[in-house]
Amino acid sequence: MLRFILTRISLVVPTFIGILLLSFMLIRLVPGDPIEVRFGERGIAPERLAQLRAEMGLDQPLYVQFLDYLGHVARGDLGVSISTKNPVLTEFLALFPATVELGLCAMIFAIVFGLPAGVFAAVKRGSVFDHALMSTSLTGFSMPIFWWGLLLILLFSVQLGWTPVSGRLAALYYIEPTTGFMLIDSLLSDEKGAFLSALRHLILPTVVLGTIPLAVVARMTRSSMLEVLNEDYIRTARAKGLSSFRVIGIHGLRNAMIPVVTVIGLQVGSLLGGAILTESIFAWPGVASWLIEAINRRDYPVLQGGVLLVASLVMLVNLAVDVLYGMLNPRIRR
Amino acid sequence: MGGYRETNEAIFEEAPLIRTLPLLATVALGALVMAGPAAAKGTLVYCSEGSPENFNPQINTTGTSFDAAKPVYNGIVEFERGSTKVIPGLAESWTVSEDGKTYTFNLRKGVKFHSNANFKPTRDFNADDILFSFNRMWKADHPYHKVSGGSYDYFGDMDMPKLLKSITKVDDYTVKFELNDAEAPFIANMAMDFAQILSAEYGDALLKKGTPEKIDQEPIGTGPFTFVQYQKDALIRYRANDQYWGGRPPLDQLVFSITKDPAVRYAKVKAGECHVMPYPNPADLPKMREDKDINLLSQEGLNIGYLAYNVTKKPFDDKRVRKALNMAIDKKAIVDAVYQGAGVAAINPIPPTLWSYNKSVKDDPYNVEEAKKLLAEAGYPNGFETDLWAMPVQRPYNPNAQRIAEMMQADLAKVGVKAKIVSYEWGEYRKRAQAGEHQMAQLGWTGDNGDPDNFLYVLLGCAAARPGGSNIAKWCYKPFDDLLVAAKRTADVAERTKLYEQAQVVFKEEAPWFTIAHSVVYKPVRKEVVDFRVSPFGRHQFDGVDLKQ
Repeated sequence: MLRFILTRISLVVPTFIGILLLSFMLIRLVPGDPIEVRFGERGIAPERLAQLRAEMGLDQPLYVQFLDYLGHVARGDLGVSISTKNPVLTEFLALFPATVELGLCAMIFAIVFGLPAGVFAAVKRGSVFDHALMSTSLTGFSMPIFWWGLLLILLFSVQLGWTPVSGRLAALYYIEPTTGFMLIDSLLSDEKGAFLSALRHLILPTVVLGTIPLAVVARMTRSSMLEVLNEDYIRTARAKGLSSFRVIGIHGLRNAMIPVVTVIGLQVGSLLGGAILTESIFAWPGVASWLIEAINRRDYPVLQGGVLLVASLVMLVNLAVDVLYGMLNPRIRR
Repeated sequence: MGGYRETNEAIFEEAPLIRTLPLLATVALGALVMAGPAAAKGTLVYCSEGSPENFNPQINTTGTSFDAAKPVYNGIVEFERGSTKVIPGLAESWTVSEDGKTYTFNLRKGVKFHSNANFKPTRDFNADDILFSFNRMWKADHPYHKVSGGSYDYFGDMDMPKLLKSITKVDDYTVKFELNDAEAPFIANMAMDFAQILSAEYGDALLKKGTPEKIDQEPIGTGPFTFVQYQKDALIRYRANDQYWGGRPPLDQLVFSITKDPAVRYAKVKAGECHVMPYPNPADLPKMREDKDINLLSQEGLNIGYLAYNVTKKPFDDKRVRKALNMAIDKKAIVDAVYQGAGVAAINPIPPTLWSYNKSVKDDPYNVEEAKKLLAEAGYPNGFETDLWAMPVQRPYNPNAQRIAEMMQADLAKVGVKAKIVSYEWGEYRKRAQAGEHQMAQLGWTGDNGDPDNFLYVLLGCAAARPGGSNIAKWCYKPFDDLLVAAKRTADVAERTKLYEQAQVVFKEEAPWFTIAHSVVYKPVRKEVVDFRVSPFGRHQFDGVDLKQ
């Protein structure tokens, strides 16, 4: 097992270097300059531009800038944002809990609804429910997030008035972030009703962000469960007279879970992709919308630092999934 | 297989957790869906379009950031809310010397600065705060000059370093600004966002603590609201300043709920989650007009969108060619199709809301035959080939430069002029246009200080016609420039008005631009909001605003 984990970790190193290089290069390929983009019609005097570029080290050759950046990263310094002058890491840490909170809720939503739906569809294969579930999940999987989000807002928030339109908390409540997780912070505060408000603000973004993973989980669970249910050992287990719950829950589900866990792990990456749109629609103050704005402002430090952090996290999650996978299925360890 | 399915179903029925999980979750979700309070009494929520860079308008450059700092600060003089009129602020009155080079401000007494967890002011506002604020921008050896990047763009853009000779404290409540030249727009510059007054005492206290950058993040000012809380990309919270020298504002609390998407901002206004929103989608305007919960306020913006002919390049060095093209383009069609009710056709280079706008100037009529005749006279009976630049981005004065370029291209083809549409990335576009690489280029302007000089001299004066300057027609016409310079030298508004009116006549006659349009700014505001005024500068200000209960 240890050797398995070590091999996986050794694979992480080249990936990390790749991310460093890509996050650094990609934004520099986009036309536009982080300084000039700040100026409107008036523009900026060439001398002043040269001075600012020199101050930010942008006048150096690219490889020098990159080596310089590497040196700073090695010391744990991701630089300061060009537009706000705040350290990138500080901004990231302030915004990241919101993304995690939303992502976790979406994942839980996907699993809570997707897993049982998949099992149910597998068990009732060919039934109306099965067909309905499969076509719904196909629709869910191909749902354009932006459109879906606005649709839900218009229906539930504007027409019916059931849920808030956007944000994390009603403006009425005054909460200083301690953990950055609104559900926890609002529970810790003395503001009555804040927790409920935080929960209500989570509903629509969770549903929107969770829709695609939900569809994926449901479909994956169904097909994997179908395969497992027809295995000999299920018949054996049943023949032994085990309770139906043990047959399905222990023998069936555990084996069917292996591909499902992989898929859930892979969803973390696409979840962050979906978060970009979801956060923009719901004015959710997370890292995804922060990165989008950094692209518009050509805020190089924010982008390269932010992408590096997010990509590293996705990588770590995938590593964790690999390890978990190994635990669920001993054959993979070899 | 059939038998299997039956057994499997039986199994499922016996697996209570799997079966009931979605059911439980649905019930929980449903329980949450209950109507909750939208906003507290006396709290106005403004759905702002983005996060500010910081809370110091000396170093900010965006309207978003200026809006966020405005509740906290005052200037020596200010713009009257909803107009371009300069009114007293922290100065009760001021005098201008005969030669127009010395401005003496008499400061208001008993003005209190805000306090926060880390700072309690021990004295009232006085002349030291003015020196502190201006010297920070002006003097490289000021302890705060380098703090937060040390870039004072507007201070530089308004040519203050060149203009200022000295700032002196005469006594605690009198400050004297001496200028190198008589410059009438100076007083309007002093009302701009960059000229807001910070607390010198707060500056000293932060310096001692070793956290000078906090001055730009946790602002202390004299303004109508005190800063309470900022969470990036989420909200900014202010509370009414009970000790405000202008009287406590009617609102108890002001919240900026940061909402980047205009469709979502609109949904929030409809749902009552916010009261005022900026920058609506033009497509939503008809629905907003009909909405009984919303007042759709509008005002012609302080801006101009134009097409500049590069007069240093053939054939645009010939006035007849410029006039001909002005007649060949169907302006009304462009304004109707592209601005869709959110713009008015422009005649002069300044908007009609600006003082000294010359109403008697007539626009060049749309007349293809006349245009052809003029071209033939100028030696181009069969037209010519040219480029036609279009910005790649939407600007406040021009919602779609590409579409406008296409319409112009079609119009010009009718008089034999073959125009090739050219575009670059925005920063690059502006740089190349200012370098004068184009023959014809679209651009525009949004006013900074409500002074005609800020349009005419900046966009059409000789000083700006140098390569890299903001006069992209590169049009330096002495009789026109003389009028502008004369208008700078006198503080007499009647005299200045006359000079600018004349300048507009010369402009139309010489036709360095095809004036496209002035855009109209729309602000959807909920019915319960009282006395919100649309700012000609595109700002959003809440000091006199109230909510009907």
